[in-house]
Formats: sequence, structure tokens, C-alpha cells
Amino acid sequence: MKTEWPLWEVFVRSKAGLDHKHCGSLHAADPKMAIQLARDVYTRRQEGTSVWVVRSDQIVASDPGDKDMYFDPAEDKVYRHPTFYELPESVNHM
Amino acid sequence: MYTQAMDTAPKEERKAVRSAEEAELERRFDARIDAGDFIEAKDWMPGHYRKTLVRQISQHAHSEIVGMLPEGNWISRAPTLKRKAILLAKVQDEGGHGLYLYAAAETLGTSRDEMIEALHSGKAKYSSIFNYPTLTWADIGTIGWLVDGAAIMNQVPLTRCSYAPYARAMVRVCREESFHQRQGFDSLLVMMQKGTREQKAMVQDAVNRWWWPSLMMFGPPDSESTHSAQSMRWGIKRISNDDLRQKFVDACMEQAKVLGVTFPDPLLKWNEARGHHDFGPIDWDEFWRVVGGDGPCNRDRIAARVKAWDDGAWVRDAALAHERKRAMKEAA
Repeated sequence: MKTEWPLWEVFVRSKAGLDHKHCGSLHAADPKMAIQLARDVYTRRQEGTSVWVVRSDQIVASDPGDKDMYFDPAEDKVYRHPTFYELPESVNHM
Repeated sequence: MYTQAMDTAPKEERKAVRSAEEAELERRFDARIDAGDFIEAKDWMPGHYRKTLVRQISQHAHSEIVGMLPEGNWISRAPTLKRKAILLAKVQDEGGHGLYLYAAAETLGTSRDEMIEALHSGKAKYSSIFNYPTLTWADIGTIGWLVDGAAIMNQVPLTRCSYAPYARAMVRVCREESFHQRQGFDSLLVMMQKGTREQKAMVQDAVNRWWWPSLMMFGPPDSESTHSAQSMRWGIKRISNDDLRQKFVDACMEQAKVLGVTFPDPLLKWNEARGHHDFGPIDWDEFWRVVGGDGPCNRDRIAARVKAWDDGAWVRDAALAHERKRAMKEAA
């Protein structure tokens, strides 16, 4: 029987004020081990003030195949972009 | 560098008949590559692109893990506490690099168990350089200077590999790798500038043994590397074997002058017309022998890895059993 440890995704916040960033994955037997290993594998250069681990099978992701369909509604709404609006020079820094 | 033996792998049977849909998907994929787009784990990709990357990334990972062995050999014999701490940190890094790369390979659909099995059975290769023995302390500095130097030269272009999980792993690796080369050079410099006559001779001897194998790290000449062309077209490989090798030789010549060592090649000299250093012919028979399993340490390296894996089985099983027991208790 194959007894591979489950896969976990690792997210690290490198500095207070920044977001957690996904930096890779690792195998661990349980949550406590996953956090310790995440520290050992992904923060050897002090790049972590906070580490999150999530079991990979708990991640819900959009389907890249549907990329166009899924994100399409946002594509033609140009009025969401600041550059859509032309303002007088004196207030253009807005 | 990590695609050794791919040229001798059995040719893939490319399906003659493809659906119109698959042809369209491949056309779009090629367009994305040409546009310099990145491919992510769940994107559609040609089967051969996936297979090539699984092979290359896993062999890169194996190289990092096996590469811990020749240097790990000297941790207990480092001459000072400072050098011991440095070597420990470097070897720990190599372990970490292997883990980044196994994780990247797994995004393509292979499993850790499959990759380990391929390494242990000899189906998967690792960089041939790690089949040479570390005979003296000067070997450790020389590996840092030449072997890590060659690896860095290969890894920097890989940070722009079209397959993003591999590219991102390479960014991480490169950030950590530069100290590997610097510590090696530093160690040799101390011996060459302040060492005894015997220590200087030890350094030169190590350089004499590691020079040609380091040049072989870049793989066969372009003319003989048949899969390279496809890898270039797919943005996996950015610079050719020969170009990288030339860059390496030119860089090393400058560095050798600072150290005061020579390379064991009477044909090494600056060519004004080319703007590069000429160098002598590489013994490709030695390269293929070592890749094929007949180098000085091949059997020892694999035996060490198999033993570590087998001896550790009870730990892996116990950890899982402990977790299952805990989960059951919680559910009760």
C-alpha cells in the first residue's frame, strides 16, 4: 500500500504589511508537521513572519479552461479603469 | 544540464491522428509560448511538453538531493567551526532545493513515490558531476566555485522557463545559490593566499580533477543534443549547451587568475578574433560512461539514497499511523 504523506500548499507573509504569497507545496503527515516543515523548507532566509499551510485537496480553484468565459464579463467594462476618464489638467492627478 | 540521457531515451510515439480540437489547443499553446506567456499547472499543454518537464524537473530535484552526498561527506571533517556551519547551511539548502523541485514536478501530475522509484531503479538520472568523489577539503571549495558556478549559469535562464512553477522555484533557488559559489571561492582564496605550499598544491590538485567534469555539466555539444531544439521552441531551454559552456569558461578564466590556479588544459587561451577563450576537446566517452552508470561513485550514490529511503520507511509509516489515530480519536 502506498503511504505517501498528504500534500499541503504553503503561503508565507514575508513582512508585516504584505499579503501571504503562495510559495509552493510539501508533503507532511499532519498539520503541526506541515507548519514546521514549511518553516524549514520555505523560510531559510528569514522570509517569513507568518506561514499558512492548507491541504491541497481543500483548495477550491477556478478552472483555467474556463478562463475566458469566467473572467470575460470584466474584460469589456472599460469604465472600471481610471484612464477611461479625461479630466482637466489641473485635477488630472486624481 | 538536468536533461542528461534524454537524448538516449526511446523516441516518443507521436500520435499521427489528432482531433481538430487538439490541433487548435496546440496552436493556441504555441502562440502563448511565442508571446512569452507563462504556462501554469492546470493549463492545457502538449503531452510531450509535460513529459519533458517531468523528466527535467525531477532529474534536477534528484541532482540536488544526490548532490548533498559528496559535500555531506566533509561536514564532520571541516577544518573550523565556521567552515562547518557554512557547509551545513549549504547542504541544507541543497536539500531544500530538491524539495522545491519535487513540488514543482508534482504539479505536472507525477508523484513523489514515482519519482523516487525512478531514481532508485536508474530510470531517472541526476547530474553526472555528483558521481565524482570528494577526496580533500579543497574539493569542497572547488565544488562551490566550479560546480555551483556552472549550476548558477544554467539556473538563471531557467528563471524565465515557460513553465511557471519551475521558473518560480528557480527564482527561489538562485537567490540562495549565490552564497554557495562565494563560500567555495572564499575557502580556496584563503588557502591560496595564506596557506602552506601543501595546501596550495591541494587546491590545484582539486581544480585539476573537477575542471573537465564541470565543463561536462552543460551537456553534450549542441550538434549532438537532439531534444534541445524542441526544448528551445517551447521556452524550456533559453540558451544552448555550447553557449553556456563558453560563458562559463570565460568567467572561470578571470576567477582563476585571482586565485592563482591553472586549468588542466594546454589549449585554453584567449582568442582575440572570437572575443572568447578557446579550450581543448572534452572527453565525451567519459561523460557517457558516467551518465550510463560507470563513474567512480554511481553505485555508492544510489546505494546511499536507497538505504536512506528504506531505513526511513518506518518513520514515514509511523507519522501517518499517529495522525490517523489522532483523527479517529477526535472524530469519536
